[in-house]
Amino acid sequence: MSCTVSMTVNGKTVSREVEERTLLVAFLREHLGLTGTHVGCDTSQCGACVVHVDGRSVKSCTTLAVQANGAEVMTIEGLAAADGTLHPMQAAFREHHGLQCGFCTPGMVMSAVDLVRDNPNPTEAEIREGLEGNICRCTGYHNIVKAVKAGAEAMAGAQATPVAAE
Amino acid sequence: MYAFNYQRPTSLADAATAIQAEEAKLLGGGQTLLPTLKQRLARPTDLIDLGAIPELKGIREADGGLEIGAFTRHAEVAHSDLVKRVIPALASLAEGIGDRQVRNMGTMGGSIANADPSADYPSAVVALKATVTTDRRTISGDDFFTGMFETALEPGEILKSVRYSRPDKAAYAKFRNPASRYAIVGVFVAKFGADVRVAVTGAAGSVFRAEAFEAALAADFRAEALNGLSVDADGLNADIHASADYRAHLVTVMAKRAVEAAG
Repeated sequence: MSCTVSMTVNGKTVSREVEERTLLVAFLREHLGLTGTHVGCDTSQCGACVVHVDGRSVKSCTTLAVQANGAEVMTIEGLAAADGTLHPMQAAFREHHGLQCGFCTPGMVMSAVDLVRDNPNPTEAEIREGLEGNICRCTGYHNIVKAVKAGAEAMAGAQATPVAAE
Repeated sequence: MYAFNYQRPTSLADAATAIQAEEAKLLGGGQTLLPTLKQRLARPTDLIDLGAIPELKGIREADGGLEIGAFTRHAEVAHSDLVKRVIPALASLAEGIGDRQVRNMGTMGGSIANADPSADYPSAVVALKATVTTDRRTISGDDFFTGMFETALEPGEILKSVRYSRPDKAAYAKFRNPASRYAIVGVFVAKFGADVRVAVTGAAGSVFRAEAFEAALAADFRAEALNGLSVDADGLNADIHASADYRAHLVTVMAKRAVEAAG
């Protein structure tokens, strides 16, 4: 049993024949080769698989590819500008050392960008609450929170000039 | 995950036909069903995705209260200006479900139809004197939850919307599991004139009303009115997270917090 799934991923229209039970994360990683989206716990807890579907952050390990049929999907690969300039949130994670091993980072960054869209100037408490769906086992979150705060400020400052193909 | 057929009907009538297939299951946001399928704890032949049915979506004011379509996501309820204005306690409840990503996918109807004993929404359905509308009939919120993961819904019956009454004051207080964020105990307190409802979730197999609490609060709507009152621990849930005695204790604590938050 299979079906055709079409969606826009990072601005590009894609279409693949997949089994109905294919998860969105498997569609991205295995069918499109976009391995920036990670599978951590595979049980909806850790957030390493977070991507945006129609602008909302979701856990792609708990979403069927067919549920995103026709949607606009953005992964970590789509965040930077075409010339390689990092998205302000990515740059802030680098600047503030918001990562150690980096495994959780794509999900952290995607969740953070979604959080800041809803709340452009989040407090530390709001950042910690907003990242509840993302688990990091290295850093203790301190630098991640600092990075998100700085990323939010940079995103507000960059609003006048488009920095990413969002 | 076992293989299944996937269908995405665009009308309630088509969904009602599709769900008649043997071992078909309805798919809301999938935040409970998909993990269940991944663990191979269920093996439906067909998944009927309710995400493309306009009749199941939206939030509107109705009879002074709110009518919320079953396929309305938790984040939509949490961020709705209408919900914040008419029943702010309901927006606050939705904002406390799971994490941000779960709220972006999970739906109100999915939570209510699944009737997880630790889910938040059942307490609102009971405390806010809600009426549940399906594709076949209306069901009083008081009669909807019949047991652990059990509701009054018949096989193939589709939850369409829930109508919540607007209280004078209300609040939901939950002691949450720090990992899953489900309610270890959650208490929804709502005051309608002289009438008070106290609905408890997480503590037992299904949501229940704490009637002694309701009587005390009807006479005196202050947290102190609950001093000395408690629910019987006999028959309450007990697991690695909390014993039955601890849950009984939490019911009083959460009820007091809800009364204080309701103001």
